Amino acid sequence: MANIPLNPPDAANQKPAVARKKPAGGTGSGTPKTTAPRRKPHGEPFPSDPRPTTFTGKLACALRNLGHRVTGAVWRLGFASRFCLAIILNSGTALRRFQLTIREMYFTGVLSLIIILVSGLFVGMVLGLQGYDTLERYGASESLGVLVSLSLVRELGPVVAALLFASRAGSAITAEIGLMKATEQLSAMEMMAVNPIARIVAPRFWAGVISMPLLAALFSAMGIFGGYLVGVKLIGVDEGAFWSQMQASVDFREDIINGVIKSFVFGIIISWIAVFEGYDAEPTAEGVSGATTRTVVTASLAVLAADFVLTAFMFRGT
Amino acid sequence: MTSAPSDSLVKISNLSFAYDNRPILTGINLEIPRGKVVAIMGSSGCGKTTTLRLIGGQLKPSQGEVRVNGQVVHALDSDGLYELRRKMGMLFQFGALFTDMSVFDNVAFQMREHTDLPEELIRDLVLMKLHSVGLRGAHALMPAELSGGMARRVALARAIALDPMLIMYDEPFAGLDPISLSIVGDLIRRLNDALGASSIVVTHDVQESLKIVDYVYFVSEGKIVAEGTVEEIKASQMPFVHQFVWGEADGPVPFHYPAAQSYGEEILEKAACHG
Repeated sequence: MANIPLNPPDAANQKPAVARKKPAGGTGSGTPKTTAPRRKPHGEPFPSDPRPTTFTGKLACALRNLGHRVTGAVWRLGFASRFCLAIILNSGTALRRFQLTIREMYFTGVLSLIIILVSGLFVGMVLGLQGYDTLERYGASESLGVLVSLSLVRELGPVVAALLFASRAGSAITAEIGLMKATEQLSAMEMMAVNPIARIVAPRFWAGVISMPLLAALFSAMGIFGGYLVGVKLIGVDEGAFWSQMQASVDFREDIINGVIKSFVFGIIISWIAVFEGYDAEPTAEGVSGATTRTVVTASLAVLAADFVLTAFMFRGT
Repeated sequence: MTSAPSDSLVKISNLSFAYDNRPILTGINLEIPRGKVVAIMGSSGCGKTTTLRLIGGQLKPSQGEVRVNGQVVHALDSDGLYELRRKMGMLFQFGALFTDMSVFDNVAFQMREHTDLPEELIRDLVLMKLHSVGLRGAHALMPAELSGGMARRVALARAIALDPMLIMYDEPFAGLDPISLSIVGDLIRRLNDALGASSIVVTHDVQESLKIVDYVYFVSEGKIVAEGTVEEIKASQMPFVHQFVWGEADGPVPFHYPAAQSYGEEILEKAACHG
């Protein structure tokens, strides 16, 4: 099995316990294997520096800190990319012993069902109300089905489901892996000659990637049902028009497949960020809580940014 | 790389290691003879656990080498390292049990990962290992339901799951009540002899470990300051060993962590800043 050398997951960096100031972001677990870059404490001023008193001194200090933060961020991105590569190269176990991945799909996917389904229903119901209100002004209230289904399948389904998934499942993955690291479980696994990336990280990653499109599809289905309930059952839009117009206007390739592609990409982004943040978390209570927050924030922003890019490519000129 | 197996299972020569630029170990020479239980003692933060991690290949030395069974650990590629680790068992300070698995599954973990044994045989083996640490009756419990001492024993059963040639114990006595303490101590000795393995016990519990080990190394400030058999250590008049074995507050081990400036200078500087 291919093995990308990464920092061994260990809590060893806690070891020199006495009065050692650890800058944030530098998990620096000692000396990793030869090819792995040494984790450098980026992003914070050196604790030993005397505080500058002159204006130029302060400016230089601020500039240096800015540079530190930028190089730190770039370094982290590179590390995360290599980590992603390592996950893919070490996916053999997760795919061969698929029950490992299925077990994680239960935790990430099945347990997210309630929040996804309920949110989908409400989003669809709100769309029904809002859509009817607008369409009615133009006398096009029969097109409610089209409006609801297109909004959900193209945009809201993948994006809202991804945001919910990031906060429900992404944070859980990060916290779990981070705590496993903090309690030396990953280290123990390494010492038992089992690669934690293959055994712990990869199944969670793939479970997220597989669950996300399914959840988004269910979200959209529930949303359309919600729109139907409000539009047809409550307001009284013609049922035949509702469904037939929807059927006529929603294109399988253009709308549904593109929506699935979106949710698949979001699944990759969220799972990648979640497992990376967990694996890279500082092995302390503070470190794990910070990593969990970062997962939700970064994953949500990344999903929205990726959504813009994907939409720009998929739906231009149509 | 492989040389003829010598009497020593682990041979550490001229080993140095530093975290960032802070030296942790300098010029360590140490041998673990086959079949023996060896203790590495020293105060907290002196580099004992780091030594174990270097032997297990989780860290790379900045100088010197660690040989286990004739192989230089840090020269192995990751496959070789994993191959070597299958012959090692390690007990982590607080057990490091997998919290999402039952006691049974924890002990069975390595057997399932590394062997193709049928499930019935694994069951028998696991129950045997658990029986040897006295916890066969607890096989269905989850780690959260165990006391500290029980968790340590389960971790011990897990460490010996594949009958390793080398068992490493990281602070096996920390935070245990007196009864659990002697149970674990006794187990370390008995399992070592029963398995024909060699053991390294990293600890600062002098009295308990002196009961069970064959040889002791004392580490202080990253160096080996004393070594000897239990009798030699007990009789030693070296100030450090004496202070450590008898737990005296006064002695060569400093109370203060080294600071860049003297206390007076630092206080005065603060005063000048605020003034």
